[in-house]
Amino acid sequence: MFEQLKKLVQFYDEVLSMPHRQEIARELRDEDDLFMLLLYSEMIGIPNPVYYYTLELYPYMMEKFHDWHLRMGMEKSPLTGIRCC
Amino acid sequence: MSGILVALLGIVVLSLGYRYYSKFVAEKIFRLDPNYVTPAHRYKDGVDFVPTNKFVLWGHHFTSVAGAAPILGPAIAVYWGWLPAFLWVILGTVFAAGVHDFGTLVLSVRNKGQSVGTLAHRLVGQRAKILFLFIILILVLMVNAVFAWVISNLFISYPASVLPVFIQIPLAIWIGHAVYKRNKKMLVPSLFALAAMYLAAILASKVGFLQIDLVQYMGGEDGSGLFGLGAVSTAFLIWIVILMIYVYIASTLPVWKLLQPRDFINSHQLVVGLGILYLGLLFTNPEMTAPVTNANPDTPWLPLLFITIACGAISGFHGLVSSGTSSKQLDKETDARMVGYLGAVGEGVLALVSIIAVATFFANTDEFLATYSSFSAANGAGLGVFVEGAAGLAGGLAIPPDIATTIVSIIVVSFAATTLDTSVRLMRYIIAELGVEYKVPALTKTHVATTVAVVSSAALVLLPEGPKGFGSGGYQLWPLFGTANQLLAGISLMLIAVWLKRLGRNYAVVLIPMIFLMFMTLYAMFQQVLFEWSWFGSNSNTLLFVLGAIIFVFAIWIILTAFSVLSGKQETPLDDDTENYG
Repeated sequence: MFEQLKKLVQFYDEVLSMPHRQEIARELRDEDDLFMLLLYSEMIGIPNPVYYYTLELYPYMMEKFHDWHLRMGMEKSPLTGIRCC
Repeated sequence: MSGILVALLGIVVLSLGYRYYSKFVAEKIFRLDPNYVTPAHRYKDGVDFVPTNKFVLWGHHFTSVAGAAPILGPAIAVYWGWLPAFLWVILGTVFAAGVHDFGTLVLSVRNKGQSVGTLAHRLVGQRAKILFLFIILILVLMVNAVFAWVISNLFISYPASVLPVFIQIPLAIWIGHAVYKRNKKMLVPSLFALAAMYLAAILASKVGFLQIDLVQYMGGEDGSGLFGLGAVSTAFLIWIVILMIYVYIASTLPVWKLLQPRDFINSHQLVVGLGILYLGLLFTNPEMTAPVTNANPDTPWLPLLFITIACGAISGFHGLVSSGTSSKQLDKETDARMVGYLGAVGEGVLALVSIIAVATFFANTDEFLATYSSFSAANGAGLGVFVEGAAGLAGGLAIPPDIATTIVSIIVVSFAATTLDTSVRLMRYIIAELGVEYKVPALTKTHVATTVAVVSSAALVLLPEGPKGFGSGGYQLWPLFGTANQLLAGISLMLIAVWLKRLGRNYAVVLIPMIFLMFMTLYAMFQQVLFEWSWFGSNSNTLLFVLGAIIFVFAIWIILTAFSVLSGKQETPLDDDTENYG
């Protein structure tokens, strides 16, 4: 009985949290996108004073690069040196 | 006749509709396939495209579509007697709303989770998209005006509801902050917020000075207000201005700050509301005192019944939810039947209890006829009667009548406010999109678009004059809201028909409700525009005339487009969706 009640509460919580979870995921993704833009700043001609460090991040960023440039409205990869689409 | 019997009868028919008719549509017409790779899996991104359990998705879909509209429409339509309203809600849900909500969901799932607007462009062409945008624009404008009137009206009629509703705003901001910044769960804090609101409701019902009664402050109904207006007119003006300032702020803030946590608290109220009404019905077992049919109505039920009850029988707004969010989260294609069709059934159940609450409220038929003396009287009184009737049902749960009235009015205000928030935000997006389409860059700016949305909505709600003066005539816009909603449903049904036709399937299940809806909309608008609102009509009103005429033209446009597309004169290739099999 108690288990079932717990399940019901969990289900109810999940139903109501769904749109909220989505919004928070969207906000966090927007923040991430902005951060990515800062990291790729040299690409748009802004000198990056910490490029030495961001360079180290590139291998981690590469996985997300394709989705990122699509979200930024660029159909094809803006960078020639990177193997993307 | 007993209220319980009517509810049971309705629920049985709705269940049969779900059990048999939706199964038929799912298997024979839409031919749902459990192996189809849905957009949620194909484009999974953890934000928009997330495969979701069908029960959870149904719950979310239902809470998104249920609001104040399925309460208000039936409460007015009981004017023609409870039977016509009952039949239209039940049969409309089974044969029109269910198929529409279910169909838009499947159509979107089969087309990369795209929304109805984008699909209109792809299936019919650029003109259809613009037509679609304009109809949504009219619809959201009507929603803003009507719901601003609903909230102001309830604040004036039930001043005890003001404090609890306003307490919700800081509570929601606090919850939103706690969840976003500290990653807390929302369930427990939101239940505390709800408890705080209801506590405030009990206090405000008992303690006079906690009731924010603007009319009383200005010396009662006969008192004088600002700018030489009467007290009631001034109260309407003040509430509408406050509401518009609120929606301006709410719709420009990030959604997680205020809107999402408010929606979360308000979703509890849907459960509370439905629980109070159905349990109350069970315990009080009231008799239906409203007449079965009204023998001498001053306005014939045909065709107005079908636009007075839009939400609750069929509503185009659901197609936006189906194709906008639910389709991107559907785990299996076969789940669409439960999410879409049963979502519509849920709304039918809400409309059903609204009919019963109103039809059982009066002591006898004479009292009913005295309040619902004419169609325009019914339009003005419907909402108040629902609140009183629902409070009467709540009496069965031993809730004192004054507290019950406050709580029911808070529930209706909350539903209306959720809809108002969403629709102002939606209107802002549409204005921005039209700005892009017609190359007016200024309109794409958030604050310009929001200002246009808020000012036009405020102007529309303040213009029609009602019996209590300036601003109190917002209910006159209700038939226009109904028609705009039906037109939107008509467009969506047309798109489903076009899609089915291209697949070589039988599309009569969507074509028949579409023709029925378009015929009723045209008939109603023709009658209203020409004989009621025009210069030589009985109730001449330029504003309603212009809006009605625009809707009339749009309806004809949809019918012509549907005819030309369905007769095969236009042909746009469809994507080959076979690639979506894993």
